[in-house]
This record gives sequence, structure tokens and C-alpha cells, in this order.
Amino acid sequence: MRRIISVLMENAPGALSRIVGVFSQRGFNVDSLCVAPTDDESLSRLTIVSQGDDKVIEQITKQVNKLIDVLKVAVLTEGPHIERELMLIKVATRTELSRAEVKRNVDIFRARILDVNANNYTVEITGTSDKLTAFEDVMSQCADIIESARTGVCGLARGDKALRP
Amino acid sequence: MKMMSGAAMVVEALKDVGVTHLFGYPGGAVLDIYDALHAQDSIKHVLVRHEQAAAHMADGYARATGKTGAVLVTSGPGATNTITGIATAFMDSIPMVILSGQVPSMHIGEDAFQECDMVGVSRPVVKHSFLVKKAEDIPMAIAKAFYIANTGRPGPVVVDLPKDIVNVQHSHPYVFPDDVTMRSYNPTVKGHNKQIKKAVASMLKAQRPVLYVGGGAITAEASAYVTKLAELLQAPVCSTLMGLGAFSSVHPQFIGMLGMHGTLEANKTMHNADCIIALGARFDDRVTNNVDKFCPHADIIHVDIDPASISKIVNAHIPVVGSVDKVLLQMLDHLVDNDFSGQKEKLADWWQQIEEWRSKNCLDYDQSTQVIKPQKVIQSLYQHTDGDAYVSSDVGQHQMFAALYYPFAKPRRWINSGGLGTMGFGLPAAMGVQFAHPEAMSVVVTGDGSIQMNIQELSTCLQYGLPIKIISLNNRALGMVRQWQDMNYKGRHSHSYMDSMPDFVALAEAYGHTGIRVDKLDDLDEAMARCFATEGLVFMDILIDQNEHVYPMQIKYGAMDDMRLSKTERT
Ligand SMILES: Cc1ncc(C[n+]2csc(CCOP(=O)(O)OP(=O)(O)O)c2C)c(N)n1
Ligand SMILES: [Mg+2]
Repeated sequence: MRRIISVLMENAPGALSRIVGVFSQRGFNVDSLCVAPTDDESLSRLTIVSQGDDKVIEQITKQVNKLIDVLKVAVLTEGPHIERELMLIKVATRTELSRAEVKRNVDIFRARILDVNANNYTVEITGTSDKLTAFEDVMSQCADIIESARTGVCGLARGDKALRP
Repeated sequence: MKMMSGAAMVVEALKDVGVTHLFGYPGGAVLDIYDALHAQDSIKHVLVRHEQAAAHMADGYARATGKTGAVLVTSGPGATNTITGIATAFMDSIPMVILSGQVPSMHIGEDAFQECDMVGVSRPVVKHSFLVKKAEDIPMAIAKAFYIANTGRPGPVVVDLPKDIVNVQHSHPYVFPDDVTMRSYNPTVKGHNKQIKKAVASMLKAQRPVLYVGGGAITAEASAYVTKLAELLQAPVCSTLMGLGAFSSVHPQFIGMLGMHGTLEANKTMHNADCIIALGARFDDRVTNNVDKFCPHADIIHVDIDPASISKIVNAHIPVVGSVDKVLLQMLDHLVDNDFSGQKEKLADWWQQIEEWRSKNCLDYDQSTQVIKPQKVIQSLYQHTDGDAYVSSDVGQHQMFAALYYPFAKPRRWINSGGLGTMGFGLPAAMGVQFAHPEAMSVVVTGDGSIQMNIQELSTCLQYGLPIKIISLNNRALGMVRQWQDMNYKGRHSHSYMDSMPDFVALAEAYGHTGIRVDKLDDLDEAMARCFATEGLVFMDILIDQNEHVYPMQIKYGAMDDMRLSKTERT
């Protein structure tokens, strides 16, 4: 099952490699990983999407929690939560028709064209991972995808719940 | 405020955290620190012959005392040589701090001479690590390293020190921190009261309880509480390889080591129990055998300081996170008011059953031959040391024979690499023990294979006058490998024997020690007596039966109590 694990950790050198290390060392899989400092610069927030049954996820959270640099760990998918991912996708738009089709789908998906060139558009889209994948599919039907980059999922619990030190 | 160089700070901080012994080996990146060591005499530096041995010595020191072992090595090869020692300590949760030199900060990442990313290389086998970036940070890094190493579930911590920050030419203010609390690290030591109550209720209800005691009980210095609980409940007690001595092996309620080479009675008792009280043990695969068949009737109470150890392998019905001593105190608080007068009677059937298993005498061995049996050697060792030695072991058959035939009455007396199973551990570990307890008897039980993995330390023993007694069970073979080949590979002994053994007696003498060879059973007793009557280090090269196997032994994929009892008998 797909789970989103959110980790609050010291923004310290080596902290990220320790977390990644736990995953590789113990054979846990990582679908995506997204990390950046929080509003408090001394802390980093890391969001990992992983697959596993309850037992595996329990081990992941315990093993990650055990790291000295880690303050808090939560499994967001255990409760109501918001998740978003951002994708940049560059598509070839050589014909009038494909330009129009791309533009039309960009509107339908509420994406944005960020860069326009003679032969390609670069589009930004934000949403759940499923929405991004659906958009990718649609783009591949109306134009050639040149390249794409996704940030990986980032998320927060809904309501009052929060990961604070 | 004291002003001093980074190197002096390292030494000062080591004094401030209470280091008495530093096991190390010099090199370019740590010459400044060595110079600072030269200027003092409150920390005893022990010059080893190989950095791996330095780590094992610090480890032996830590296991024998509970204090944190300290290691100092140079960058690059000095640092990488410690890795096996660090991993050994990590697997057995031993507190250790490893100070490694590093190339100057400005050269990190340039593949400089003797550069190695020590923090990276050691990462999977440390509890934590620090790469110190400024001289001013040295006291805090060292204070934190020792704090982390010896709190919660202990483990090794690396402090990597670039050469420029320990430079003796520059002075910095030295401030040793009063407080090292960390917002991201607060190990739980007391058990949750609700869980304690549940556990107590389950113990009181049990008709067939058993205590399963692991190394965590030793780490937590919980022996007195384990004994109290066992005696209140009248429950049988078995121990892991790591837990031996936490509960006295000569106590009538002790039923032996459990697991792969556990006693029949220990494994049978576990398998048939209705309540397993696991204290600082981690359901290692060398204990459980096939997890799917593990102890089907039992409610499992699992006390461990590391939440990640609980329900990792076997689901715990009543998990209790906390250190074994604190949790047991809490449990005993709840228990003492109970009336235990009927307890003995309540467990009468259980004990009758256990005695029946016990009466099979699973540790009996063939005593009719004239070849020296390894079991006999260990029993002789026990007699000649009054059962009161610190016994360090290497890895192999001899290790299991020592664990099974030398009953440990006290904690911290049995020093072995349980988790990683590191050959070469024994001698340096025994040296660490001897440094910690100069007056005590420090013995190594080793094999002809293992001893050669750190034999160079005989030289260190001479330098420091360590009177260690080395009991080498020489079977001219990598015996444990050979045993598995006998059992699983139709006796094809692929590379498990050695046909060019050194003359160990001559070797011991070459290193300046005494060597004694024993090749006749009739000489064993006298030779053992001579060994312990001789001053200084003695290397006992005892030629034992090459074909002996360690039994009992669990049968692969079976339940805990599916065992071979000899080459021909099974349960
Ligand atoms: C460093 C290391 N390498 C390999 C092994 C695998 N191994 C386990 S026991 C053993 C044989 C040990 O031989 P010896 O020390 O002579 O002991 P014996 O079993 O003969 O008593 C080996 C090779 C190990 N445990 N450690
Ligand atoms: Mg051998």
C-alpha cells in the first residue's frame, strides 16, 4: 500500500544521507522523496512516499525515528491529509494543432504554460500524483514529451494536527 | 576561560567525559592529538598493532565495565580498519566513541592523501556520527558523542576530526558544556504505566511462564531485578548468548541458553510457554528459528529500550518501551503486594515438565575416548578459574562450547561478539577487559582460525604486561564451517581446514610469552593448573577432537524446539 511518511529533522549536514541510508540498508522502498528547510531554518521537513504493509511501515517509522537527528515522524496517509506534487513538463509543439491541444488540456487541468518557444512549451502543473500522471498521459497523446521533472510528494495533515518540535 | 589548541581540546574533553583508557594508533592526521596526549598522563593511551583491535579493546573494556570505550585512529586506512570493530559494537549495542583523524577541511573531497569519508563509510554501523567543522565545536561534539553512545540503546559514535581544526599552532577558548540535552534525542527509559499493568496481569495469570533474558538486562544493570522477578514468579529463566550472566547460570531456576545452540530444556520451555517475558532481547534469528512456528501458545511481553526492536520479528502482545531496570522496578512495585504463597504449587506441573526435559542432559558428551573433547576443556577451565573469570570468546564452535559449558554467575563476565559474529574479537576484547580490571582473570577462549585474525596483539600484550590466558581449542579446522559442511554439504570440507598451522607455542614464545601445548587428555588438568600458576600471558594450544560438533542444534525451518541432540538423535 502507498504511504506518505513525513519527517521533521534537524537541518544538519548528513541528516538526509542517514535517512536515505535507513531505507536502502533495510530494504524499504522509496517512490519519491522531497526535502527542504521549514519556516524554522534549523529544521528540515522531509516527505517520503513508500510502499509496504502495516508492519513494514511501522518498522520504517521506528527506524527513522531512532535516528538522532530526527524529531518527529508521522504517517500522513493514516488520517485526513493534503498532498501535492509539482511537475514541469516540456512538450514538442511543432504543429498548430498540437499547440492548440496542449493549450486546451492545460486549461482543463488548470496547469500553466511557463515557457514558450518556437518548437516547445514548458508547462507547470500542481496536484496529486495521480493528477500529474493523468496529465502526463494526456500530453503524450497530443504532443511529444521532451522531458519532465517531478518534485515528489509533499504533504501536511488536515486540521489541527502538526509536526512541531 | 582556558585557551588551547584543538588537539589539546580533544584530550581535555576526553578527560572531562571521564575517559581512562584510549585505544589507538597514530598517523599523519592525528599527530597533533598525539602530541597533546604526550603532554599528560591522566588518560592511558594503549598502542595497539592494528586499528580493528583498538576498537575490539575499547569494546571489551565497555562490556566489562558498562563505561564507554574510546578509540583514536588516523584518517583513511586507520579509520577504515576500525569498521569491523565498530560494526561489532553496533550489533551488540556497546557504547564506544571512535575519534578518527581526517584530512584538512579545505582538502576534503579532493581525494587527498589518506582521505576517506569516514562518516559515510561508517554510517550504517554507527548510532550517530559527527564531522567537526570548527575547533570551538570539539568539546560539544565529544560531550554529545559520549552522551549518545551510552544512553538509550547504546552504540558506537564516530567523531571525525579534520587535521586543520586540531592544529596545535592555534588557540581557541575551551568550554566544556554543562548540558548536552538535544531536542531530537530523548530516549524513553520508564515504561508506560498502562503497559506495565497489562504485563503484570499477564504474568500473574500465566500457568507456564518463562523469562527470556537478553543483553539489554546486562546493559541496564538489571540483574538484581531479573532475579527478584524470577523468584517471585518462580518462573524458569533462559538467556540469549548476549544475556548470559544477567541471571546466574548456577541458579536452580536457570534452564540454559536458548536458540540455535540452546539447551533442550530452554527451547522446549519457550516453545510450550503460555507467557514469555522478554527482557532486553530482540528475537534474533539465532533464537527464533522459523518465526512462523515460534512459540505458538505464548502471550509475549516484550521489554526493550528500543521501540524499533519491538514487534520487528515477532509480534509482541504487550510491548513495553523502557530500560529493563526501570521497567522491572515498576513491575515489581505492582507485584510485591500480591500473595505468591500458592505460586510454587501453581507452577508445579510446569516445573515437572521442565525437569523431565532437563533430565535428558542434553549437554552430555562422549567421555569414553582419549581424544580431548572441547567440552572437557571448558569444564576444566571452569574448575581452574572457580567459575569467576572474565571469559572473552572468538567465533566458532569454541564460542558455543564456552557459552554452554562455562556457567556465568555474574553479568559482564561473558564477552563475545553475538550479533556480528566477528572472528578476531576475542584476544583484543580480553585485553580491554584486562585494562579495565587489572587484577581480574581475563581469559580468551579461541580457535585456531579466529586467533590468527588478531594474533599481532600478542605484541601489545607484551608491551603492557597483560597476563591474559589464551585457551585455544585447536581442531586444525574452521570447525563451525566444517560442522555445517558435515550436516548440509555431505561432508565436503571446502576450504574449512588449514594445513599449514603455525607452531602456536613457538609463536607465543616469539612474542615473549609462555606457550603450552596439550595433546593428551591426561595432561589437560595439570597443564591448565600450570597455565593459571604461570605469571604473565600463557597461550594454551590444546589439540582437540577435530570431528566434534556443537549440540544441541536447532533444525533449520523448524520450531524453536526442533533440534538435533547429537550426530544421530533428534527431538
Ligand atoms: C571475520 C569472520 N570471517 C568468517 C566468519 C565465518 N566463520 C564463522 S565460525 C568460523 C570458523 C572459526 O574457526 P575457529 O576459530 O578455528 O573456531 P572453531 O569453529 O574451529 O572452534 C568461520 C570461518 C566469521 N564469523 N568471521
Ligand atoms: Mg578451529
